Amino acid sequence: MPTVSVKRDLLFHALGRTYSDEEFDELCFEFGLELDEITSEKDIISREQGDTKAEGASDVILYKIDVPANRYDLLCLEGLVRGLQVFKEKMEAPRYRRVSPTSGEPQRLVITEETAAVRPHAVAAVLRNITFTQERYDSFIELQEKLHQNVCRKRTLVAIGTHDLDTISGPFTYTAKPPDDIRFTPLNQAQEYTATELMNLYKTDSHLRHYLHIIEDKPVYPVIYDSNGIVLSMPPIINGDHSKISLNTKNVFIECTATDLTKAKIVLDMMVTMFCEYCEEPFTKETLSGDFINRKVGISESTERIAQLLTKMCLRSEVMSDGEQIEVEIPPTRSDVIHACDIMEDAAMAYGFNNIIRTTPRTYTVANQLPLNKLTELLRQDLAAAGFTEALTFALCSQEDIADKLLKNISDTRACHIANPKTAEFQVARTTLLPGLLKTLAANRKMPLPLRLFEISDVVLKDETKDVGAKNNRRLCAVYYNKSPGFEVIHGLMDRVMQLLEVKPGRDEGYHIQAAQGNRTRKPSETVTFNDDSSFFPGRCAEIFAHGKSIGRLGVLHPDVISRFELTMPCSALDIDIEPFL
Amino acid sequence: MDEAGCGGCQVISAEQRSSKHWELTGEGCEIAEQGSHEARVFSSIPDEGMPQGQLMKLAFGKVGFSKAMSNKWIRLDKGHEGGPRVFRTVENIEDSVRDKLLVVQKGQSSQLEEKEKSELKKRKLLSEVTVKSYWITKGSLFSTTITKQETELTPEMIASGSWKEKKFKPYNFEAMGVAPDCGHLHPLMKVRTQFRQIFLEMGFTEMPTNNFIESSFWNFDSLFQPQQHPARDQHDTFFLSDPAQAHEFPLDYLERVRKVHSEGGFGSQGYKYDWKIEEAQKNILRTHTTAVSARMLYKLAQKEKFTPVKYFSIDRVFRNETLDATHLAEFHQIEGVVADYGLTLGDLMGILHQFFTKLGITKLRFKPAYNPYTEPSMEVFSYHEGLKKWVEVGNSGVFRPEMLLPMGLPEGVTVIAWGLSLERPTMIKYGINNIRELVGHKVNLQMVYDSPVCRLDA
Repeated sequence: MPTVSVKRDLLFHALGRTYSDEEFDELCFEFGLELDEITSEKDIISREQGDTKAEGASDVILYKIDVPANRYDLLCLEGLVRGLQVFKEKMEAPRYRRVSPTSGEPQRLVITEETAAVRPHAVAAVLRNITFTQERYDSFIELQEKLHQNVCRKRTLVAIGTHDLDTISGPFTYTAKPPDDIRFTPLNQAQEYTATELMNLYKTDSHLRHYLHIIEDKPVYPVIYDSNGIVLSMPPIINGDHSKISLNTKNVFIECTATDLTKAKIVLDMMVTMFCEYCEEPFTKETLSGDFINRKVGISESTERIAQLLTKMCLRSEVMSDGEQIEVEIPPTRSDVIHACDIMEDAAMAYGFNNIIRTTPRTYTVANQLPLNKLTELLRQDLAAAGFTEALTFALCSQEDIADKLLKNISDTRACHIANPKTAEFQVARTTLLPGLLKTLAANRKMPLPLRLFEISDVVLKDETKDVGAKNNRRLCAVYYNKSPGFEVIHGLMDRVMQLLEVKPGRDEGYHIQAAQGNRTRKPSETVTFNDDSSFFPGRCAEIFAHGKSIGRLGVLHPDVISRFELTMPCSALDIDIEPFL
Repeated sequence: MDEAGCGGCQVISAEQRSSKHWELTGEGCEIAEQGSHEARVFSSIPDEGMPQGQLMKLAFGKVGFSKAMSNKWIRLDKGHEGGPRVFRTVENIEDSVRDKLLVVQKGQSSQLEEKEKSELKKRKLLSEVTVKSYWITKGSLFSTTITKQETELTPEMIASGSWKEKKFKPYNFEAMGVAPDCGHLHPLMKVRTQFRQIFLEMGFTEMPTNNFIESSFWNFDSLFQPQQHPARDQHDTFFLSDPAQAHEFPLDYLERVRKVHSEGGFGSQGYKYDWKIEEAQKNILRTHTTAVSARMLYKLAQKEKFTPVKYFSIDRVFRNETLDATHLAEFHQIEGVVADYGLTLGDLMGILHQFFTKLGITKLRFKPAYNPYTEPSMEVFSYHEGLKKWVEVGNSGVFRPEMLLPMGLPEGVTVIAWGLSLERPTMIKYGINNIRELVGHKVNLQMVYDSPVCRLDA
């Protein structure tokens, strides 16, 4: 969620009244904003860099306001004030018009084919007869920056360049050239550089270096020239110094180059509507019925009242001649309105969510539990009753946890691998619950022995038969940690689990355990295989069969496994698949 | 005391007292009687002196010689004819060590300064002794005959009836009992059980959320979340390298999703961008259980006749986010979904009110919010009595037509939904500030052992 910081007094001046912090917070809440923080430049600097640096900084009160990510029109003081004033019915929703310059001919921006290889779209507009004050100028620059960070996706989708029109002359050309053929003096530099040199220069620039990757490896770089060959900008990196705007600039040429044309238009609309009364795009109009709004929101207001509510949200609305339909003008500032439901939301907001009467839907349904979760819930209760304590461990872990530390090969684990882990803790999805339980033991070595832990949860295994190529598998895992291995304890727990699942001891229809065969080859038909008992102490591992199928293993863990998990005592473990018992 | 007085029954009562005093050691006694070693050396030496060798043979010779030398009572003539010889240097001496010891012996140790006593203690002539004594008085039940009291009732006593004649030692009700030997359920799972219970009480059916790995298609595209949305970035979502791609989709539905994103339709202008199947195929760890809701709603839409449904799920979701005291890379999402003809925003708020009332939260208010797949979207706030402010407790909204209509759901059907995390209410419930103390292997088992039952509305 983007945050806009505005000077409080300036905001109140523009709103025509002052508010207490609580009152303003309340107003924001109603309008779908959040007053995130009340601070000052001095506060911010002293918090980030210490009190000494903060000395002399401004202590003008700043409001930091969280704005919904799709409301680009609220990203600057001008837009915020306009939205709130119309909402409070203090002013009418503004209408925007396009006008031709007095000279008659509009400016032109010609786009050449070469740009297709790097950044194919560009749109442009002119703001005429603007008067900047320091505040307006700052807000203009800040809006550009906010748009760059949000809708422009850090300049990848759209980059904005603004120029003093009186220093350059159209028509303008947007083209692309090899980096060594582009040569100009960039913003705030004293000498000319080629594009190649510039890219090197900005490698160490704390701000610009983040954008270099967008074009760095392209054969040609985008560039905009005026009719005299003066470079306006090399988007999305830097503008030329020649055409830079200042407080005295009267006419502003705004260009947006983009990889996404829709977004470029949105951004250009934002720039021009926020800062002038001229606009090149006409209103779009939507018609919808008052009944639609009433039905969706759950209110019963007259069509006239609904039109009023929408107008309050900057959506100028009128009841049509049939008395039922409403014609809604969607200003170019409201690019978020793409469906009638977006208009419905504005009506609900203007009505006030908290004024809507809360009703109970009559939807009649019978509840059902997921059989797998129902079985899990029942087993958990009984495992706790059997003296084992429930652990809750992470589904993600390191490769080492499920392979090396368990004396297995990662290639034998059927593990799903994560492409972009920030740390080793998130390399794979677990293929067994055992590492999590052993790590829980290690973190609780100070607790009195014996420690008895269990977890019933999902592991993830690769499975070609699934649409995504992987599936979850619900497992029951338990460990017993004491001065003696306690195989009989874990064996007794297994017997108890079988009793709970109504499986009797016996070879065929019942359950039995037998010495594990070591690295038995896997049959292709088996969905879950336990073909590797290397994690267990040789001769102390048994495979569990129920209804003739292998469902898991139990045994005494290998001493190397114990020490790799930073444990010191013998430990026995049980690991079974509970899905066959559904 | 327990043996004699039997706890509270008070045959006698005894009060422990202790006192300290100074005593002479064995060597100290000898000195008090015969004088200090140095004094005895002095008096042993005649006027004509004594050979050093002879002096050293005396029992007190060695210690006494060096002390007498340092007191300058005697001198040593090393060059004397016939070997080193010791002479007196003064006429009279004052044996202050002996005098002090005599003072202590008379029981007047308080006359000496602490420094002097510790000096003598260092020379092992004095020691400090602590004497413990009991002050015995008659108890409230004083008696001159002794009856032995029984500690516990035995089977024999029951059989013979002898318990009627016996006196029993009283129990100490102040002490803690022996902890039962049992297992414990994890607090987060206890809270999960309660949330499941609430949904079941409200008639909601549980969704199959046992698929942590999901395609971007079901996790994002089917929800009308555009492909350039920041949530789909590398730094927000875990992508898979193996298996990297999903390979099976309902193709006609996929085409309708492509169209609504790139061209619009179903009354929408769409996002108007170049929708790519490669983005949709990317496998990820699901970022929300809403991916499962999408699958379930699609499945519902394929039925011949629409029937209203209420669904819920509580399961793990994954975010590749920066971790802190309240954020982990995985957490549990609670989700509720209702699909029926003609549901309103008022219905959503009403059902949320009922849901939160079951959690003991009755003061709710709603804030407009933005979410790519719901419109309207509302953040749910509840008034926290402890913090004296409104805190966010969940998110809710009405699924967009661009999500529902391509699935094939009938036009008049509205789907309302809400979600919240399981960890947050659990941390508040059990007063836990750091999420790592609750979830994962670093959990303190004592906390698990000690956690009370979970009654959310209490």
